[in-house]
Amino acid sequence: MQNMAQKKQPPLIDYLLRLGDNALVLGQRHAQLCGKAPALEEELALMNVGLDLFGQARNWLGYVSELLAAELMASELVADKIDADHLAFRRDAQDFRNLLLVEQPNGDFADIMGRQFLFDAWHVHLLDGLTHASDPRIAEVAAKSLKEATYHLRRSSEWVIRLGDGTEESHTRMQRALDNLWQFTGELLQGDEIDQAMLEAGIAPDLETVATRWKATVEEVLEEATLERPSYDAWMYTGGKVGHHTEHLGFLLAEMQYLPRAYPDATVW
Amino acid sequence: MYAQLVETGSNKLKTLDEMSPEERQFQERINDEIKIEPKNWMPDAYRKTLIRQISQHAHSEIVGMLPEGNWLTRAPTLKRKLQLMAKIQDEAGHGLYLYSSMETLGADRDEEIDKLHDGRAKYSSIFNYPTLNWADMGTIGWLVDGAAIVNQVPLQRTSYGPYARAMIRVCKEESFHQRQGYQILLTMMQEGTDDQKAMVQDSINRFWWPALMMFGPSDENSPNSAQSMAWKIKRHSNDELRQRFLDQTVPQLELLGCTAPDPDLKYNQETGHYEFGEIDWQEFFDVVKGNGPCNRERIEARRSAIDNGAWVREAAVAHAAKRQHRAA
Amino acid sequence: MADWPLFEVFIRSKHGLNHKHVGSVHAADRRMAIENARELYTRRNEGVSIWVVPASEITASSPDEKEPLFDPSNDKVYRHASFYKLPKEVGHM
Repeated sequence: MQNMAQKKQPPLIDYLLRLGDNALVLGQRHAQLCGKAPALEEELALMNVGLDLFGQARNWLGYVSELLAAELMASELVADKIDADHLAFRRDAQDFRNLLLVEQPNGDFADIMGRQFLFDAWHVHLLDGLTHASDPRIAEVAAKSLKEATYHLRRSSEWVIRLGDGTEESHTRMQRALDNLWQFTGELLQGDEIDQAMLEAGIAPDLETVATRWKATVEEVLEEATLERPSYDAWMYTGGKVGHHTEHLGFLLAEMQYLPRAYPDATVW
Repeated sequence: MYAQLVETGSNKLKTLDEMSPEERQFQERINDEIKIEPKNWMPDAYRKTLIRQISQHAHSEIVGMLPEGNWLTRAPTLKRKLQLMAKIQDEAGHGLYLYSSMETLGADRDEEIDKLHDGRAKYSSIFNYPTLNWADMGTIGWLVDGAAIVNQVPLQRTSYGPYARAMIRVCKEESFHQRQGYQILLTMMQEGTDDQKAMVQDSINRFWWPALMMFGPSDENSPNSAQSMAWKIKRHSNDELRQRFLDQTVPQLELLGCTAPDPDLKYNQETGHYEFGEIDWQEFFDVVKGNGPCNRERIEARRSAIDNGAWVREAAVAHAAKRQHRAA
Repeated sequence: MADWPLFEVFIRSKHGLNHKHVGSVHAADRRMAIENARELYTRRNEGVSIWVVPASEITASSPDEKEPLFDPSNDKVYRHASFYKLPKEVGHM
């Protein structure tokens, strides 16, 4: 399993890793928030989102591990036990395929909700498209995830609006968060050959359609939030989808993967 | 326990004859197991004691999220991460159920939380111990939640209606917590490596005595017990509950294949109970007074979460006001 | 510190049942109150519908009024089915 990035793997595997890793990494950011919410009610809400995301990660990575196991068997390689946990806890940063956006640190509540909103607005439209995937397993996981993501979007939109159109301080903080995070939105909307291959296979929706809808959602919410939308033509920081990450991911994984890596002989926990 | 050393303002019980007519009616109602509801007349001391007890219990749930949160980011499998997160979330929920029942007594949640943050209010001593290895997540579920359940089950019949109803909800939801914890330990002891087994024993060594201390000092050193029992906001003595906990726990300890850090622990054939060594009450009182290993950290973590969130809560209020204004 | 007001929460646990009071939540507005109630009181599929009411809007009867409010119905036994004795042959009614 080491250095999957060096190996050419089927586009479906890459694509599912993107879905699974987005959920896993953003879920981990929520785990880091435990006990730090701005109100007690928010503790429950944030952890609900975290639980949903870890559940989604388990579903996507579980499917990847089954596909990988089948492939390894076909090539008669004796494989380690590959399961969702193996993928989550034994891959190194360059093998992660998540968006740069979701690995960004928690910062203040405006950063947290800004990150969540920009992701949710994309996630719901993508998942909506995936419910029509030609692969029934993908369609099924997408349908379940879509319900969760729809609620996440409702909450994150409301918070962006509250903070944007709240006090002067909250407005300033929300605008600053948006300006800082904006550079990571480019790769949400920009397709590559894997997106293209998945579109042709009847699995993924056209990313251009997703982009159009994402923009509509973002514009509507930002307007209500009295926030200024940064330019779509701004410079964009990309690379997460192919394993080129920001410096933050390495630390996130070091913490998350500590036990399985420190005790490699342990097979159960 | 989650509420330890709750001050009742009285260490001498009044007889029915010494009571005012209202007090007598109130006490008779309690004696008849009729629940006291928010709008019923109640003695001021009963109200104050309950506010102290319920808020302590609620604070314990909220502070209790922190030692587990310490390992949430490092849970070793996705399944364990989900279980632990759900458990911590329940604890936040239980804190809120309890605050909600406390508010029916006319107390203000934010004021009571301020008391926690500036050291005026207490919470369970157990959460001032650090969580140092993954097995602690198992031990907390097994021993700490186990001890809490022993205490909380009788509180489902406590005299104050909203408190009793909150406890019913808490007990119903908490049943998975202890099993979850024990299963973590059992898995490591039965299928784990030597390193994992050592983690489990180390964890039990550290949490054994603090768990027994959770029930509070011996009855002869609990001056408030008599009044709390008469009011039925405490239904069994500290020692009785501690013994009940120990009797159910030792066989589970043996099943794990672990030992307790107590050379005096033994089964008494005649009484049918386990006997145990001397509890270090000095340590207990130190921790309760704020001198445990993690007291400062825990309080600081809670205070900074609420302080750092002030601008968020203000923004939400400001936005709601704008909205209402626009709708008008 | 800007305090969030208190809302009382009522949940319909199953279709066909009444909403039942379950507790309270704090929230900045009604919509947030619904969401907070959902997070707190329906973590285990306990609900199909939620009502929230600002706690300040609830009017409750006072225990002092217990006798005038509730005792009069005590003697209206004719409101209860068991008041009407019927011959066994009628069967279940």
